[in-house]
Amino acid sequence: MVLILNLIAQGAQMMLVLILAPLLLGYTRKIKARLLRRQGPPVLQPYRDLLRLIRKEAVLAENASWLFRSGPYLIFAATWVAAALVPTFAVQLQFSWTADLIALTALIGSARFFLALVGMDVGTSFGGIGSSREMMFASLAEPAMIMIVFTLALLAGSTQLSVIAEFMQTHASLRVSLGLALIALVIVALAENARIPVDNPATHLELTMVHEAMVLEYSARHLAVLEFASALKLLLYLSLIACIFMPWGLALAGSGPEAYAIGLTSYLAKLAVGGFLLALFETSIAKMRVFRVPDFLGIALMLGLLGMLLLFVSRSF
Amino acid sequence: MTPVVVALCSVSAFLGLPLLVAAAMRWSAATRPIYGACFVVCLVILVVALTQLLSAGSTVSTLSLPLGLPWVGAHFRIDALAAFFLAVVNLGGASASLFAIGYGMHEEAPGRVLPFYAAFLAGMNLVVLADDAFTFLVSWEFMSLSSWALVMAHHHDPENRHAGYVYIVMASFGTLSLLLGFGLLAGGGGGYSFDEMRSAPTALSGLVLILAILGAGSKAGLVPLHVWLPLAHPAAPSHVSALMSGVMTKVAVYGFIRIVFDLSGAPAWWWSIVIIPLAGITCVLGVLSALMQHDLKRLLAYHTVENIGIIFIGLGLALAFSAHNMRAAAALAMTAALLHVLNHSIFKSLLFFGSGAVLTATGERDMEHLGGLIHGMPLTAFTFLAGCMAISALPPLNGFVSEWLIFQAILLSPDLPQWGLKFLVPAIGAMLALSAALAAACFVKAFGVTFLGRPRTTVAAGAQEVDRWSLAAMFIFAGLCLLIGIIPAPIIDTLAPVVNTLVAEHMPMQSTDPWLSIVPIAESRSSYNGLLVFLFITISTLAAIEIIHRFASRAVRRGPAWDCGFPDPSPATQYTAGGFAQPIRRVFSSLFDAREDVTMPAPGDTAAARLTIRLRDLTWEMLYAPVGGAIWFAADHLSHLQFLTIRKYLSLVFALLVILLFFLMLVMLVWS
Repeated sequence: MVLILNLIAQGAQMMLVLILAPLLLGYTRKIKARLLRRQGPPVLQPYRDLLRLIRKEAVLAENASWLFRSGPYLIFAATWVAAALVPTFAVQLQFSWTADLIALTALIGSARFFLALVGMDVGTSFGGIGSSREMMFASLAEPAMIMIVFTLALLAGSTQLSVIAEFMQTHASLRVSLGLALIALVIVALAENARIPVDNPATHLELTMVHEAMVLEYSARHLAVLEFASALKLLLYLSLIACIFMPWGLALAGSGPEAYAIGLTSYLAKLAVGGFLLALFETSIAKMRVFRVPDFLGIALMLGLLGMLLLFVSRSF
Repeated sequence: MTPVVVALCSVSAFLGLPLLVAAAMRWSAATRPIYGACFVVCLVILVVALTQLLSAGSTVSTLSLPLGLPWVGAHFRIDALAAFFLAVVNLGGASASLFAIGYGMHEEAPGRVLPFYAAFLAGMNLVVLADDAFTFLVSWEFMSLSSWALVMAHHHDPENRHAGYVYIVMASFGTLSLLLGFGLLAGGGGGYSFDEMRSAPTALSGLVLILAILGAGSKAGLVPLHVWLPLAHPAAPSHVSALMSGVMTKVAVYGFIRIVFDLSGAPAWWWSIVIIPLAGITCVLGVLSALMQHDLKRLLAYHTVENIGIIFIGLGLALAFSAHNMRAAAALAMTAALLHVLNHSIFKSLLFFGSGAVLTATGERDMEHLGGLIHGMPLTAFTFLAGCMAISALPPLNGFVSEWLIFQAILLSPDLPQWGLKFLVPAIGAMLALSAALAAACFVKAFGVTFLGRPRTTVAAGAQEVDRWSLAAMFIFAGLCLLIGIIPAPIIDTLAPVVNTLVAEHMPMQSTDPWLSIVPIAESRSSYNGLLVFLFITISTLAAIEIIHRFASRAVRRGPAWDCGFPDPSPATQYTAGGFAQPIRRVFSSLFDAREDVTMPAPGDTAAARLTIRLRDLTWEMLYAPVGGAIWFAADHLSHLQFLTIRKYLSLVFALLVILLFFLMLVMLVWS
């Protein structure tokens, strides 16, 4: 009986991230438009776009391979699994121990690996430019992420996200390392999600594109799945920041339906705040040149390393 | 028959086989029989090693033969460590032989490859079996020389001759270091068998460590001793490259473990401070150099350097933990290193097989002349992709498991009391993370430029799938990559007796954990379940495909590429290997002193623009070139001594005698 309830809670989380991801995207776009004094598309527009896209006939380039056709689904699946393993409304769900934070980072890395590959499949110059730059960003963002993981793991004594979230909720105190880790994580999240200032999700100027350049050859259902995956990734990073740095309201292990309800409400509130801050940040900053991005990510790497070193040193006192 | 006897009989089969064949038939007809026989013999030793590892655990099988030095004899021994490495060597050997049953048919001069191939396998097995310094060194040198002969198999190419020259110089240097190291271990009494060394540890074990790093490290490819590796590994035929990169470097790791963990006694605290930074630098430099290559096999060879760095990080951590008596942590680091040894031998062999298949199909190693091979060679492309994912440490494949364990070991290091290590280990963690991310970039480049996109040449466009033997070898290894990735628990448990002999503790048994998770210390601390990750990804992929195809649309139309409305039919408009790496080259340009010169023709001029990229190998220029120059200078000046009269020679001998006596006198004076 307990097992069934636990499985339902885990399944609910998988479905929840799937349902919320396009909504978060639509919400962020709406806020951005309102900040720019535009009306903006309706909040539900991403759902309509996805539905419209999956009904269409897919147009493939003549030399597109099997990898090109199966890649989007693999990317979507890896991102979905990763997103469903981040605590949203409750910690210690049935399968939360499947992958710890390091494995989660690597899982996102798998999705990115395939995205960069499918970008090169048709053999156009834009796909190559996108893949090449994406891997350059990733080669700095991923170590920064690992440094953040190390910082958190040293504090909480675990790389399990559920344990970290529980620790932060119950006995966390203000620490310099945590502040550094938060800044680093925000930078990494911006870069990983191809947001301004690293990349522009709404760009139409090809030479400045990174993420959009890789998916340039896609249409219809393949494009829909890829767009869905990137929406999931945005949700994943916001959930990650929320569950580590704003763990209030998360239902603890073994709590009942009321705790789940509180957890869900607070999760939605956190997403609303996170999406708003993202939109605010994006409207108030300009995109950088591609070769300024390594410096930007280098800051994240150094902050992560610094945070970890501080912990290594302070633990011995 | 005891296991060691079976193993030795098999080794003598390796040695006898070519002689038999040479007497019976022509080399050109011998390819399949020899590789087939090697395959069978490797399987026999593999089974022996596995039974020893699984059933016997910590029991030891020994044998002494009246060969070699008369007062030492030749000792052979299979303990848990040797059994594990025997399994690694022969797993690689069996699959390389299987691959070569097909691949070897394309060899132009089989007589230059076949006898040395069997001898090479014998040499590697003997190194692992040896139980005294003399047998070990002879086998080590035998392994070096037979692999040198294989590197020189295509000696008409001046590049290969250069590679062979550098290789043999470095191999001799390595053996010399090991010789001195064993001399120190044996001590004044001359106890050359490993048993005597174990029972009487030397006082100079620090010096032994340095010599082991020089000797075994140069064979494994630790920076800065790695220079020969990216030259020699690609020069050999591909199945031999797979053996050299995937297996011979592991034999070197075995040598290092045997000397440092088994024979040298208790480790001192500073040992890890020597090894860990060296390993970290090896990681980052290895992967960055790999990224800069456009020769597929050379890229793979440079990448071996990175993986050796990862293994040595694990070994260094194990030394650090066991020097401070943190047994559980040491066991974790050691298990991680050994698991990476196995994993790397699998996926690196797989990738070299893939490059061999590409070479067979197109005759090209240069990625800039390839592209689009996924259409002509879909099966090779699939297995190569599996290898690329595994080596980039992506879940749910095997490379990730061992790197994850190393990260977990790094996270245990704040409890180390040494300040140097406290600062060092986090920095190494950052370097490891950086090299893992760069590895992904490197293999996106390798796979993307070689197999994806449009064919850049006509040979690439006409590529055909390779033969069944080669495909079988590649598919078996790709399957192993997945299998070890999703159920690593039994392998980790099998490693327990090995780890136990080295650091006197082993990781908690994993097979009893629910759902086949791996839990290095406690579940509240960290756990990873590759099986579930794999199942979740598979189920969600299939569900997504099924739902979309059933309820939405499955219609497909083929058309020209979009390319923002301006598709260019020339494949030259694709991204190249050099172009792909350019952003990363720019970010890390100071490590290579990279210079880019662009020559643009004047406006209106229709001449082609030129981009020249110059990369410098700073290790070579700053370390090897000066040393080589000094040796050249000295040789040049000392050559006068060759042309003296007998009178002058006699007076030189006399002068030397006087000088030596003078020194003797000084020593006597100081002594008294």
